[in-house]
Order: sequence, then structure tokens, then C-alpha cells
Amino acid sequence: MEIKVLGTGCTKCKTLEKHTREAVTETGITAEIEKVEDIYKIMSLGVMQTPALVINQKIVLSGRVPSVAEIKEILTKNQ
Amino acid sequence: MKNIKNAIWLPLALLPIWYVIYHNLQPMTDWFIDTVLGMTKGVHLTEALRFFVFEFPKVMLLLTLIIFFVGIIRTYFTPERTRKALEGKKTFTGNVMAATLGIVTPFCSCSAIPLFLGFVESGVPLGVTFSFLIAAPMINEVAIILLYGMFGWQVAAIYVGTGLAIAILAGWIIGLLKLEKWVEPWVYQTHMGDSGSEEEKLTFVKRIHLGYDAVKEIVGKVWIYVALGILVGAGAHGYVPEDFMAALMGKSAWYSIPLSILIGIPLYSNAAGIVPIVSVLIEKGASLGTALAFMMAVIGISLPEMVILRKVLKLPLIFTFVGVVGVGIMIVGYLFNYVF
Repeated sequence: MEIKVLGTGCTKCKTLEKHTREAVTETGITAEIEKVEDIYKIMSLGVMQTPALVINQKIVLSGRVPSVAEIKEILTKNQ
Repeated sequence: MKNIKNAIWLPLALLPIWYVIYHNLQPMTDWFIDTVLGMTKGVHLTEALRFFVFEFPKVMLLLTLIIFFVGIIRTYFTPERTRKALEGKKTFTGNVMAATLGIVTPFCSCSAIPLFLGFVESGVPLGVTFSFLIAAPMINEVAIILLYGMFGWQVAAIYVGTGLAIAILAGWIIGLLKLEKWVEPWVYQTHMGDSGSEEEKLTFVKRIHLGYDAVKEIVGKVWIYVALGILVGAGAHGYVPEDFMAALMGKSAWYSIPLSILIGIPLYSNAAGIVPIVSVLIEKGASLGTALAFMMAVIGISLPEMVILRKVLKLPLIFTFVGVVGVGIMIVGYLFNYVF
């Protein structure tokens, strides 16, 4: 699984990255997590509201920071 | 299943409790100050303490309730939907819509750039985009609630109404000036990828949970500013003379409005902290127009946001933006000092 955490570096984005890493570890899914901070790249992915989570090129979440439990759910759904 | 039921029943059960507490705060405060603490009525310290013990829970109760509902309502307004609604809209109608949507669409200055790009990219006119960018931070839900709590609904309505007017007119003027040349050229070259994402589908229970999240996030963040602001208010309540601010920020001091705005622009404060301060200023003789102008300058035009926007806008456009909004706020200030 290829996961991208999109955010320009605000606190919310950092929290999302942290939660995502925790969720990945807890579910035991093998995933590559990449943090995307470059605004051009974020735009080219079609995201208007950061922080956002992209799994396998698909935006699954944008504009908010969900709990670890919720990310786990999203991860299993998009597996 | 249990979780789902709780999400709906808990707020309904809490509502009457909220109502009873909210409407009995004054007697409860008086009982606490006069009977439990046994303090002497009329003494400065007593009245300052009374002010804090009454105002702080009142504002917190209002904040919690309204942020909860705002949090739910906001799940229906995403920037993507707002953008779709604004696509291809003619100016003025577009400006009115953009400013109105600016109030309800969730906005954080850290997403100002992707939002700006997304709007301009999909053909939303520059002026319409600005109406949104002006209204979104300036008409702040926390400020509305606090103004309502501390001054009543009239002042809250004035704030929303004039804020909207400024956002609509300023965006419209920026549109008329045809300033596209001052947008960084790369903005028009960027092609926003199509995410192809199906929008997150939210159940009503999920939306309620997002309402809770909003309360946790916003109230958790602003309570300290509210407490500090009201503390300053309580301190000034008994100790600072009534007409202390009259000479400086009263109606007779015509220069006070532009001066307040100039001071307010670089000042960057949370709306939650500024409203109690504004209430102190007014109580101590500042006129409503001047105090409102000061508040709007502080929360509406923020230096960090300008720095962020510099990535997509050239300096002359940023100055035009600040100038037009500043003049708008000034007119509002004079209007109120003249009418009231």
C-alpha cells in the first residue's frame, strides 16, 4: 500500500502523519508512508484542503485529523 | 449500535441541563460570591471576581453549544463544494455567494494557498476568490458567539452584516481593478490534478461525532484566551476609571479609527481573546465603531496569512488587498460612530 500524507507543515499535518504511522503499525499493514510538503505536488494530487491522506493515488480524507482508530478503519477499507 | 444511540441521545439529554445552568448563572454566581465566599458587596475585588465567575462559564457554555452545531453544519460545506458552487459565477452575484460561503466553509490559514489555487484554477474570478478569502477569516464563528454573549445579538448581527459587506465590496473592487497581472504566473500554469476521489460519504452519526471533534478542538484551544481576556476584563472592571479610553478611542477622537486599524493589522490574535478586550475598551469609553474596527482589523487581516499568500500573490496585490479591506473597515467604523 502506498500512503501519502499531504500538508504544508502545520501542526495538524504533523498530527495526521503521527496518527497514520501509529495506525499502520497497529494494523500491521505493509505500507510505504510518504510525507508530501511541496505545495505544487499537493496541488497536482488535486487536494484543496490540508492535511490530507492519499492511499494508492486516491484521496481518502482531507481537511481534518481523524483519530488513530478511524485511520485504521480507512486503511482496512482501502486495502 | 450502542455507540450510535449515544451519539444522538447524549446531546439531547445534555441540552436541558445546559439550559437550566445557562439561565441561572447570575443567581448561582451571586450565591457563590455573597454566601459561599461571604464577600462584601460593592467592593472592587468582589465585583471583579463576580464578573469573572459569571462571564467565563457563560461564554464557555455558549461556545460549546454553538461550536457543536457549527461543527455539524460545516460537514455539509467542503471547499470542494464551495468551489463548484462558485465556478463560472459572474461578478457581484459571485462575490455575494463567495462571502456568504466564506462564513460556513471550514477555513484554516494554512490551507489558504491550495484553496486559492483550486479556486483560480477552476475559473472562479479573482475578485470572487478574494471575497471568500476576506470573509472566511474575518467573520469568525467564535467571535460571533462571544459578541452575542457579551453584547447581545444586535452587535453580533452588525459584525456579520458589515463583515459580509466588506468582503463582497472589497472582492468586487479587486475584480474591477483587473489585477490578474499581480498573481504569480505559476498559479495559472499549475494544473490541479483530478483526484477522482469520491467524496467521503458521511452518515449523520459521523457528522455528530465531527461536531464533538470540533468542540474538542476549538474549545480546547480557545478556552485559555477566553479566560485571559475575561480576566483582563474583570481586572479593568473595578479598577480602571470609566472614561479611561474615552479620550483615546471615543467618538470625538476622529483619528482613532485609522490608528486602531493600523495597530490592529500587525496584531494577530485569536478571536476568542480579542472580544473580551473589546468589551473592556467599550466599557471604558471607547466607541462601538472604533472598537469594532479594531477587532475586525485584528482578526480579519493577519500578517501570517499575508506571508503565506505572498507565495501566490505579488506584493502590490497584497497591499491592494490589505488597503481595500482596511478602508472598508474604516468606513464601517465611521458609520457606526456616526449612527450610534
